[in-house]
Amino acid sequence: MKPSRPFKVFRAVALVVVVASLIAPLLWMIAASLKTNVDIYDTSKAFVFSPTLDNYSTVLERANYVQFIGNSLWVAFAATVLSLILGVPAAYSMSRFNMRKSALVVLMARVIPGVSLLVPWYYVFSNLQMVGGFTVLILSHMFVSLPLIVYIMMGYFDGLPTELEEAALVDGLTHIGAFRRITLPLSVPGIATAGILSFIFSWNNFMFALVLSGADTKTLPVAIFDFVGYASIDWGGLMAAATVVTVPIMVIALFVQKYIVSGLTAGATKG
Amino acid sequence: MSTVTTPVTRSSEARPASPDSAWSRWANQHRRWLFAAPAMAFVAVLIIFPVAWTGYLSLTDAEGSVRAESEFIGFQNYLDVLSDTDRFWPAAWRTTLFTGVVLLFEVVLGMAIALLLWRPFRGEKWVRVAILLPLVATPVAVGMMWRLIFDPNIGMANQLLSWVGIGPQPWLSGQSSALPTTMFIDIWQWTPMVVLILLAGLTSLSDEPQEAALIDGASTWQRFRHVTLPLLMPTVIVAILLRGIDALKTFDILYATKGRGGGSFHEVETLNVYAYGLSFDYNDYGVSSTVLIIFFLIIIGVMWALTYRKKGLDR
Repeated sequence: MKPSRPFKVFRAVALVVVVASLIAPLLWMIAASLKTNVDIYDTSKAFVFSPTLDNYSTVLERANYVQFIGNSLWVAFAATVLSLILGVPAAYSMSRFNMRKSALVVLMARVIPGVSLLVPWYYVFSNLQMVGGFTVLILSHMFVSLPLIVYIMMGYFDGLPTELEEAALVDGLTHIGAFRRITLPLSVPGIATAGILSFIFSWNNFMFALVLSGADTKTLPVAIFDFVGYASIDWGGLMAAATVVTVPIMVIALFVQKYIVSGLTAGATKG
Repeated sequence: MSTVTTPVTRSSEARPASPDSAWSRWANQHRRWLFAAPAMAFVAVLIIFPVAWTGYLSLTDAEGSVRAESEFIGFQNYLDVLSDTDRFWPAAWRTTLFTGVVLLFEVVLGMAIALLLWRPFRGEKWVRVAILLPLVATPVAVGMMWRLIFDPNIGMANQLLSWVGIGPQPWLSGQSSALPTTMFIDIWQWTPMVVLILLAGLTSLSDEPQEAALIDGASTWQRFRHVTLPLLMPTVIVAILLRGIDALKTFDILYATKGRGGGSFHEVETLNVYAYGLSFDYNDYGVSSTVLIIFFLIIIGVMWALTYRKKGLDR
């Protein structure tokens, strides 16, 4: 079906409005991060100002952000890798042997409010003197990553034909050998999708780190609050900090757009 | 001829069938559980056990320090919480209102945008990129970004309003405008998610019912209402389900824009924010566990109702 001409015009106008309202606030944040606080308070300099990188030097040098970037990277990376190691074989088993009840238990984790886990975790881990360490932080982020990975990979394995595995068995491979040498290499796109999404969700996670991280293990979303004082807000620093957290992940997202979309919409059309 | 082929098959059979040890045989036989066990153990220890503990704590008067002794008090916390019209019921109402409003806007706007993107056009790629950006942005940073834009004195929002002759609004700092403003932020960030899900659903639909309706002389609206929408309904329910769960649990943008307790007058205090405050600002673990269990039951109830509805549609 060919869209009509009036529809095309309407669509173009409507989409320009949509795109502008999605992009403009982000550009505004980046613009503010390049202004001095004096310019931010001066509404006549909303669009015309002399850009400065002072806020970024505050964020990266004085506010110790280099360390927090490292913390965020390490926690997101470790939580993702560990969740893949646990989640991919589990998803395979659940898909191939139709273990829907076990799958439901893992997926319930998506429904549980995070706060209800934080209280018992805090009880246990503060008694073990582990609050403020990386181990607890990584384990807590796996609570988000593992169900996500199981969910995406189950859908992926459901759609993977079993014929190749069967052929490998005929050729003398064991079941586990067939999984390792045939199924896993075929699953690389699915694993990439699950891994990328898990990394992004972990990078963006705020609540667990708010309670469980210490001064040295703080992740970026928590560190942003360093710029919000009781009396006043350092807007320039705050916007630079917000830019440092969001822009890298957006740039990555542009390159792996296909994977992110397929992960976010996994299971949406299967019924 | 047949004598020639024999050694060929023999050689492929002769390949050692992996280490044929007892361990390997056992592992292969029990691979079903072997593969699933580590993940299940993780879930049992770090998720099921804590939830069970929360259930236990809700029956005690645990408060103060995590090392303090606590006493079993039965369902007293539940009676207290359910009769608390000061904090609990307002928070429950805000949670319902927030979820209902953002879901309505996100689904309607998401459907409209998905329909616009349905048929290919030039520049499609760039629109898709723009749609992806809010989705991957860190919610806390998004909250901070809007906090500057909605600042009553220096924010761009009031600047824009002044150009069209509307006076300054209090936005996030107003007692009655704070909650709608946070809803707006949530809608800005998550409508793209609904667009992506519905678009995936739309592209999986076949063209034939559409064409048949067109030949029968159906108008654009009739085709949407009676052909596209019914076929897309299962996907719409998935979108509502996924977004609904997250909307009920919204925490990051509320905390980033209004701080602890949902602001000084608890303007944006939802059940999740309330439970967090009880746990980590007041250390009132017993009561907070009670709120969490009630909250959890509400979420399960909503989920169950929706999946029930979806099963009806799938049939």
